[in-house]
Amino acid sequence: MTLYFLCLMLFCVGLYGVLRKRNLVKIIVGLGIMEYAMNLFFVLLGYRFDGRAPIVARDQNILNMVDPLPQALVLTSIVIGLAVTALIISIAIRIYEKYGTFDITKIKKLKG
Amino acid sequence: MKAIDIIPLFVIIPLAAAFLISLVGRFIKRSSEVIIFISSLALLGLSLYARFLLNSAPGKILVYKIGGWAPPFGICMVMDGLSSFMLVTVNLIAFFVAVYSLSYMNQYTDKPKFFTLFSLMVCGMNGVIITGDLFNLFVFLEIASIASYALVAFGTEAEELEASFKYAIMGSVASAFIFIGIAFLYSFTSTLNMADMARILAYKQNAWVIPFAGVLFLMGFGLKSSLVPFHAWLPDAHPSAPAPISAMLSGVLIKTLGVYSLVRVFFNIIGSTHGYLGILMFLGVVSMLVGVVLALSQWDLKRLLAYHSISQIGYVVLGIGLGTPLGVLGGLFHLFNHSVFKSLLFLNSGSVDYAAGTRDLKETGGLGKLMPVTAKTNLAASMAIAGIPPFNGFFSKTIIIIACLQKGFTGYAICAVIGSILTLSSFMKVQRFVFLGEVKDKLKNIKEAPFAMVFSTVCLAIICVLGGLMLLPSLRFFLDDAVAVVLKGTSYAGVVLEAASK
Repeated sequence: MTLYFLCLMLFCVGLYGVLRKRNLVKIIVGLGIMEYAMNLFFVLLGYRFDGRAPIVARDQNILNMVDPLPQALVLTSIVIGLAVTALIISIAIRIYEKYGTFDITKIKKLKG
Repeated sequence: MKAIDIIPLFVIIPLAAAFLISLVGRFIKRSSEVIIFISSLALLGLSLYARFLLNSAPGKILVYKIGGWAPPFGICMVMDGLSSFMLVTVNLIAFFVAVYSLSYMNQYTDKPKFFTLFSLMVCGMNGVIITGDLFNLFVFLEIASIASYALVAFGTEAEELEASFKYAIMGSVASAFIFIGIAFLYSFTSTLNMADMARILAYKQNAWVIPFAGVLFLMGFGLKSSLVPFHAWLPDAHPSAPAPISAMLSGVLIKTLGVYSLVRVFFNIIGSTHGYLGILMFLGVVSMLVGVVLALSQWDLKRLLAYHSISQIGYVVLGIGLGTPLGVLGGLFHLFNHSVFKSLLFLNSGSVDYAAGTRDLKETGGLGKLMPVTAKTNLAASMAIAGIPPFNGFFSKTIIIIACLQKGFTGYAICAVIGSILTLSSFMKVQRFVFLGEVKDKLKNIKEAPFAMVFSTVCLAIICVLGGLMLLPSLRFFLDDAVAVVLKGTSYAGVVLEAASK
């Protein structure tokens, strides 16, 4: 239970970064932390204490094995997160070229 | 080739098109245009063919098992009334938008990249619609979202980059919520197949996990469909994209990723309760009014249209949230109609921008004489969105209002009427400032848009006029099958699993 709670804390740290920080790079870092927190949470859901790798072998009776599916899913999710982060960072670089700043309070050509 | 084998083609064709375009588009001139035209035409034909195939299928459902693995172990693709309805909508709009952008994208450099991203977006949307696996839905949703973040920034001007950044951050947060919702449901049911999940949830009632995951999904899909407390990104992102992409985003993307997923998860997996339906209706009414009021004060044509998207999504969600057969019929019919007339309006705004070089309502005027076809299609679309008979918007809005009255929500019905009146006044402003009045001196020399652009807008305008015919008894099956799937609720599980076991 403590582990899940720590995951939630990590998620909230990331959300705080996205919501409160003014620097574009810090927002992206916050987003990254959020993604790590949710991936970690999903992996933990499939984890069993003292469990072993889910490989079925002959004449072995495995009683306690970890759930392999979340691991596969998290791998997919990490790749998606990588693509999103790469795209957002490249957009942030282009924004810096146009505006000359990373401060979101100064990047406000859109309004209304 | 068996009939069922066409189902995965909805994902394969756009993916292959994206791959081919990025491979040869830069070396062979015009190849990207040919490929995008053929692939979108094929998708439109296939979606119509699949619709008729469905009529003869037992139980009106087709299940394709990827790799031959039966659910719940493998991923399956499910084509039922609702999926097929959404597929026709998405591929119809995608085809006309693709034809439109053949000419429109001439003013941008690097057409092949544009068409690659466009194909990926269509692939993501088709995948979301057709998949029967919850995690698969998330993956396709991310494909469509990432392509749309890049497409919003396609012009790489300061405003477009800013809008894209905002959209990407909001979209990623929404995806995070959806992902955590899926994680909770997985930990509770130990399955990811939607039908199997619904079956297990049905006999594991009264757990705190279900409402908790429901709220996470509501936040995630609400952000994707820009219901009002979550709408802040839409008025920036949609106007900043190139006009064809605005048409895709407002026309189909927010409905596929937002409304369709919301309906699938809430009605078919979790099971609709009074609480969820009440929240959906309330959010719908708030979006309806807030969107239209904010739209009234806008002077940028595309930003005005974007606010109207928020408002019209409110109508769709209100109709579906009523949960009665008539309400769901009205909601889904309005979803189809809105994708037609909103994409038409965005394409028209693109034509105005293309010809006149501005989309500020204060700087245009009198274009009705110079661009007669665009003026007429825009008139048709404006009347349709405002709900004037005999255009399609009138029928769907009337059905929603009658359904509200039938269920005793008189207040909501009055709100819907007020929203409609305000929409009308806002589009009278558009007609007055863009197409009527005196021609400004510097706009004297503009011409009508090129043929490809006029072709798509005219076709969409014809669909706007004839859309009401879909309520005729002989054509009703298109809507009725979709409504039946929504109303079937969690018994969707049994139908899919039975069809898959064959």
